[in-house]
Amino acid sequence: MDFAFTDDQLALREAVRRFCDAEYPAHQRGDPEPPALARQRQAGLAALGLHGLGIATDRGGSGLGAVETMVAAQELGRALAGGSWLPSGVLAAPLVCAAATPTQAATWLTALATGSLQAALACHEPQSRHELSDVATTAVAVDAGWRLEGRKALVLGGDSADLLLVVARVHGERRSTDGLGLFAMPAGTPGLQVQPLRLLDGRGAAHLQLDGVQVPAQQVLGTPGAAWPLIEAAAQRAAAALVADTAGALDALLAQTVDHLKTRRQFGAPLAKFQALQHRLADMALALEQVRSMACLAAMALDGDEPDQRRRLVSAAKALAGPLARRCGLDAIQMHGAMGMTDDCRIGHLAKRLITDGVLFGDASHHLDRFRAASSAVASPAPSTFVHPPLETSP
Amino acid sequence: MKLAFSPDDEAFRLEVRAFVQAQLPATIRRKVALGLRLEHADYVTWFNLLETRGWLTPGWPVEYGGPGWTHVQRYIFDEETLLGGAPRLIASGIQMLGPVLIRYGTPEQKARYLPDIRASRTWWAQGFSEPGSGSDLASLRSTGVLEPDGQHFVVNGHKVWTSYAQWCSMMFALVRTDLRTGPEAPKPQEGISFLLIDMASPGVTVRPIRMLEGGTDLNEVFLDNVRVPVENLVGELHKGWGCAKFLLGNERTGIAGIGSCKQQLARAHALAAAQGLADDALLQARLAQFEIELLALESTALRWLAHGQRSAIPKAEASMLKIRGTELRQAIFETLLDIGGPQALPFSAEAQFLDAPDDSRVTPPELATLAANALDARKLSIYGGSNEVQRNLIAQALLAG
Repeated sequence: MDFAFTDDQLALREAVRRFCDAEYPAHQRGDPEPPALARQRQAGLAALGLHGLGIATDRGGSGLGAVETMVAAQELGRALAGGSWLPSGVLAAPLVCAAATPTQAATWLTALATGSLQAALACHEPQSRHELSDVATTAVAVDAGWRLEGRKALVLGGDSADLLLVVARVHGERRSTDGLGLFAMPAGTPGLQVQPLRLLDGRGAAHLQLDGVQVPAQQVLGTPGAAWPLIEAAAQRAAAALVADTAGALDALLAQTVDHLKTRRQFGAPLAKFQALQHRLADMALALEQVRSMACLAAMALDGDEPDQRRRLVSAAKALAGPLARRCGLDAIQMHGAMGMTDDCRIGHLAKRLITDGVLFGDASHHLDRFRAASSAVASPAPSTFVHPPLETSP
Repeated sequence: MKLAFSPDDEAFRLEVRAFVQAQLPATIRRKVALGLRLEHADYVTWFNLLETRGWLTPGWPVEYGGPGWTHVQRYIFDEETLLGGAPRLIASGIQMLGPVLIRYGTPEQKARYLPDIRASRTWWAQGFSEPGSGSDLASLRSTGVLEPDGQHFVVNGHKVWTSYAQWCSMMFALVRTDLRTGPEAPKPQEGISFLLIDMASPGVTVRPIRMLEGGTDLNEVFLDNVRVPVENLVGELHKGWGCAKFLLGNERTGIAGIGSCKQQLARAHALAAAQGLADDALLQARLAQFEIELLALESTALRWLAHGQRSAIPKAEASMLKIRGTELRQAIFETLLDIGGPQALPFSAEAQFLDAPDDSRVTPPELATLAANALDARKLSIYGGSNEVQRNLIAQALLAG
């Protein structure tokens, strides 16, 4: 049990923070990014090595782990930054690295690591809510490849992706984890319609319509029908990174709220003098520390090799962080008064990010459910007196 | 950053687990499992067993008989002993006074008092709170006047909420010794001294207070012209507030009570199963939520402890652990009461004793203590500096500068 960062991890944090301070002016954080600016920032983040964190060293990346991803996500969350890093660098690139043939690796991985290629994972559907095995999009084998029909929803980064990784059902029932395949297709493939959209917090996404999209066999990732472990792992990486993003945004929320309470005066005194506000602030600080800790737990679990413990802790982190952080975001608006409700004030942008983080890749009830399922598979830490209560032997 | 404990720590965990399984007497284990009252002899028995291994005083430096554990070992020890059904360590001598004497005491005070704490021969009462001084401790009014010959203080005052005073032969107390008034009067925190008082001294009267859950372990202590030898002053004259702050800082961290949270959550799971609620979706969701909150509390404590020993946790962070740990434990105790349901309502204070007469058994023993335990748990957010005061402290730290 060790919560210490290595010197390299601290250096990475410093580098990302410095980049964000320079690249994202404080008064514009959370504003929509024009496409050219988004590309420029992506290139900058890629130059820091962020896009190659989850790609093995022999495949063009740095082969680092979930802790480095957490460090980066926290800093990006603090600046309301990141753009397509989460969809391409966290969700897609490690998945491609895990599944790619040597030819596919040569085509895609180096470009993903340098950020010149942006990918997005299309794993949600209009009816699926948080259940990623709920896949109605079909893939049917045809000559020399596959033909896809269906709709994908809320594809994170799908608005700007060059390459879309689409989950489709090869066989099996609609909610079965068995029978899923992963099909890579460049944006602009005939039959693929991309409907770009922005989420609540300004993140780019897209709905996809697939009408008889032809995917050649060499663009299939992994074994058709057996893609679920790749999808589950990607979703876990995203969930953990979103908790880290939440920790960063909460940190910024707390700092701005502290600043506001110290400077804003009412009734002849700074707001900092009012105990009702002090106590809200204390609870916000307590929430931040807990979310930080859970981000660490989730990252450590991802780097570990126990699948049930990984499921359990990632879900615990996501279930805890979402509601706590949303409460803090909305409380911070309250503490800023009417100014907090304006688009100029950054507090509202932070609150929108916190709300969005909480819903993406599973909300609290979804993960509470997952946590319970995984907990029953993980051994109890100690044989407890209470597991076999001495109640039956009572006089 | 790594989730797994080291092989050494895992070996230590098994060692503690085996010790608890082999040594903890079944009667004590049973009382803890059922939330029944523990007697003085129960604590002494368990503490003496721990002391045979040198495990009674985990927070003491090695040269004073501490085991020299890392923060992780201390955490494992708490978890394993409490989940194994052992009583918690009573704080006053081991966790409160011991570290104060080690830090501020004279060689004579250390030699005289520390061995008796380790041997559980002396139980110490905490003489801090007064009827007019709860969270605002520095407003205390008990006085200690140094006699002209400089050999004794004469102490007068009224202490309250003194845990287990009926078992205690000694008390450490805060009394006001700088009694100047008017323009010369010291600030409230100044002019207080930290004294060790023999409870057998003439003028000491202990009166139990009956609490709403039926317990009588809290007391009033009246001090009426009690003569206290000057060698019983700890630290400098008028500088007792420093000792008190040091003590309360240690206390706050300890009363996060993570091990106790786990103990009671395990009790809730077992009781839910015994009550046929293993498949009650709403209850199970509530318990799962507690488990997640416990993970968050525990990982936060471990993250901070990784930076040093317990006392090194900064004040605001200790306050956060106190708030979260006590609120979570209260929520678990309330849920235990809900699991008991209507059968937890029949109430008899006597039923909280293992050897209660049969005619006091108005409800099954596993349900008889739930209401009392839930009400008793209200103290958690009141003592050790109320949770409202803790929130003030956190806000002060955030808003400083």
